[in-house]
Amino acid sequence: MTPILSVRQVAKRYGQRYGCREVSFDLYPGEVLCIVGESGSGKSTLLSTLAGKLAADEGEVTFRDVNGTEHDLLTLAEADRRRLARTEWGFVTQHARDGLRMNVSAGANVSERLMALGQRHYGELRATAGEWLEKVEISAERLDDRPSQFSGGMQQRLQIARNLVTKPRLVFMDEPTGGLDVSVQARFLDLLRRLVHETGIAVIMVTHDLGVARLLAHRTLVMQQGRVVEAGLTDQILDDPQHPYTQLLVSSILQA
Amino acid sequence: MNIEYNYGFLDENTKRMLRRGLLKAVAIPGYQVPFGSREMPLPYGWGTGGIQVTASIIGEADTLKVIDQGADDTTNAVNIRRFFGRVAQVQTTEKTGEATVIQTRHRIPETALQAGQVVVFQVPEPEPLRTLESSEVETRQLHAHQEYGLMHVKLYEDIARYGHIATSYDYPVMVNGRYLTSPSPIPKFDNPKLHQSPALLLFGAGREKRLYAIPPYTDVESLAFDDHPFDVQTWDSHCALCGSTESYLDEIITDDAGSRMFVCSDTDYCATHQQEAKQ
Repeated sequence: MTPILSVRQVAKRYGQRYGCREVSFDLYPGEVLCIVGESGSGKSTLLSTLAGKLAADEGEVTFRDVNGTEHDLLTLAEADRRRLARTEWGFVTQHARDGLRMNVSAGANVSERLMALGQRHYGELRATAGEWLEKVEISAERLDDRPSQFSGGMQQRLQIARNLVTKPRLVFMDEPTGGLDVSVQARFLDLLRRLVHETGIAVIMVTHDLGVARLLAHRTLVMQQGRVVEAGLTDQILDDPQHPYTQLLVSSILQA
Repeated sequence: MNIEYNYGFLDENTKRMLRRGLLKAVAIPGYQVPFGSREMPLPYGWGTGGIQVTASIIGEADTLKVIDQGADDTTNAVNIRRFFGRVAQVQTTEKTGEATVIQTRHRIPETALQAGQVVVFQVPEPEPLRTLESSEVETRQLHAHQEYGLMHVKLYEDIARYGHIATSYDYPVMVNGRYLTSPSPIPKFDNPKLHQSPALLLFGAGREKRLYAIPPYTDVESLAFDDHPFDVQTWDSHCALCGSTESYLDEIITDDAGSRMFVCSDTDYCATHQQEAKQ
């Protein structure tokens, strides 16, 4: 199997300081990769760099699209990058208001990417949007309600629907469970696990919650001060951490 | 005190800048060209963009017609006409057929436009995506990459809320299959007149400092959904004055007991029609 995303020695500088540096990994189709680390460790910088929202300063990022064509994301033309972002990628943000249009209905939010791809049949758009709301456990009756009328958990699930409606192959997630309480978080993670399993998408998720990594991730990268200090299978990292920082991180979880 | 103004009120360098902008606008139909909008002797929202465009293209051989909501006799129209009569010594007219330059706010005349005529539109908001995307940086990117899915979000929202596309004026159009463009706040009734128009259509937004154009015989398509096609307003009644069934009608309330009548919004068209009926 060939990786969908290959990252080699990627670095992002803010002035003289490095936001993240010397990051390398491969991501395979259907795989969930968690990036964990404390605040300021460079995990969100890394995610934005990989998604093309920030320009990387060093390294190489190669993405393989659905036809197997390789794209070098660091030198990719803006038009091509936006096309990939519309068709092959999704981006789920921590705050729903950054990822949703709060002043239009849930149906319009879900349909936006379809319309961007040229679908022009209102009835079909609406039917698809309804199906996706049901898939993320929101009643299709809420189709015409605005996201501002939704709870935090529902907003996050709506973001998922909005991104997955065009069947992307790679979804970036930036602390999607950040603002949710534990029971809502659990349902959200359950849903996410099911959707990832059903659709076979690859996910790169940034989180500071090791519990989320434990539940979802096949593999985990641990970051500290902009560098990856440990990488491997999630269970291996959480059960047998090697690096002192990972040991500290794992030991700071309260054992219930 | 008697002040001497330069011909057409604006100084020659400003007119040259405007003409350069207009040439670019005509070369790239529907593309918004920035320009250095000047202070004009009327407030923003009264046609500062339109008046600058008119000032830069007008010459002594021209005949000017100015309409506001279709009417030749409103304050705005009368004053702009008088202004150019004074600073450009042009002939003015109320007849659509006789005019070479027609400055308009919110309407296109009912009488079919001819080749050689120029229509100047006053535009309050040149960016059709503005209500959905407040960032100018972002909307320019969307135009550059021709990402116009967002506009359909608005139309989708209309149908979801009202059951039909409720946008009835400033209805977004695709110009020459490339640029999403605001037709200025004309009623969507007038949108079909933009398509393959024999006249040159120029748009000026004074406050937003943008020029754009639709050259003669350019394709202009109003956006729609496959199952909710574009349509224009229709009325059950005809014009109470001239009897026309083909023009855009204004509803006028005639007393405080709920009486009302529908009359043509285009005063020149209505008057011509009434005279024809008399003969």
